[in-house]
Amino acid sequence: MTRGRGITAIDGAIALIAILLIVQMWLLTATLESYLAGHSEPIVPAAILSGLILAACAGLFLFIQRIDANIRSAEEPDSRHSSPSAPR
Amino acid sequence: MGVRGLKRTSTQDPVWRDEFSAQSATERYVTRRQFSKFLVLTSLGMFVGNLWILVRSWFAAKPSFTPQPVSTAAEIPVGGVKLFSYPTPDDPCILIRRSTDTFVAYSQKCTHLSCAVYYAREQNRLECPCHEGYFSIEDGSVLQGPPPRPLPRVTLKREGNDILATGVEI
Repeated sequence: MTRGRGITAIDGAIALIAILLIVQMWLLTATLESYLAGHSEPIVPAAILSGLILAACAGLFLFIQRIDANIRSAEEPDSRHSSPSAPR
Repeated sequence: MGVRGLKRTSTQDPVWRDEFSAQSATERYVTRRQFSKFLVLTSLGMFVGNLWILVRSWFAAKPSFTPQPVSTAAEIPVGGVKLFSYPTPDDPCILIRRSTDTFVAYSQKCTHLSCAVYYAREQNRLECPCHEGYFSIEDGSVLQGPPPRPLPRVTLKREGNDILATGVEI
């Protein structure tokens, strides 16, 4: 994978994580609001959904790590003594 | 995200320069890896928050209500109201006599921002003056406005001339 494509993929994954995080924030506030109003029905589904979103975020994070490692290994066999060309 | 303007002067820099950055610009720089890690940790925090709510709801005590006399039938004319507190003094409620034998009671706190609702007799509905939230007198459901939920309904029981509050239906 080239560096440019790798950075594009990483940026896309970060954007996706950010979107998932916004959904998770909304989920938490809606669940809290509902709980404080005395409604406990949505609490379990919300916790499950929040866990799924966390798993998706963790998966995307691992994806970013893997892409990053691939780019580094492709472009910098010895990263310690070469120019800083890998995505940061 | 690249470190602009930061160039290594020589490929012969000692290893410690890579390990211990001496440039403040590099120290302040947030890499994609760090940013994505921060986002994932924030997601973990959101999940922990949801779990916390779940645990709280599991261990929350079920509310118990004791019957409490709130009024007598003769005290309120048809179309009249009486304010009372139930189940605690901090829970204002409104009792409405809809007809000779029909009484209804609701929490007086608007479900939007807890303003006190009042009975609008001409429109036959409960109204919140703060943001014009209207509630049905039939079941407390929202007719109009920003309130997200119906008004909690106070269950009533009539014993002779006395009207007792026996519980709250959310």
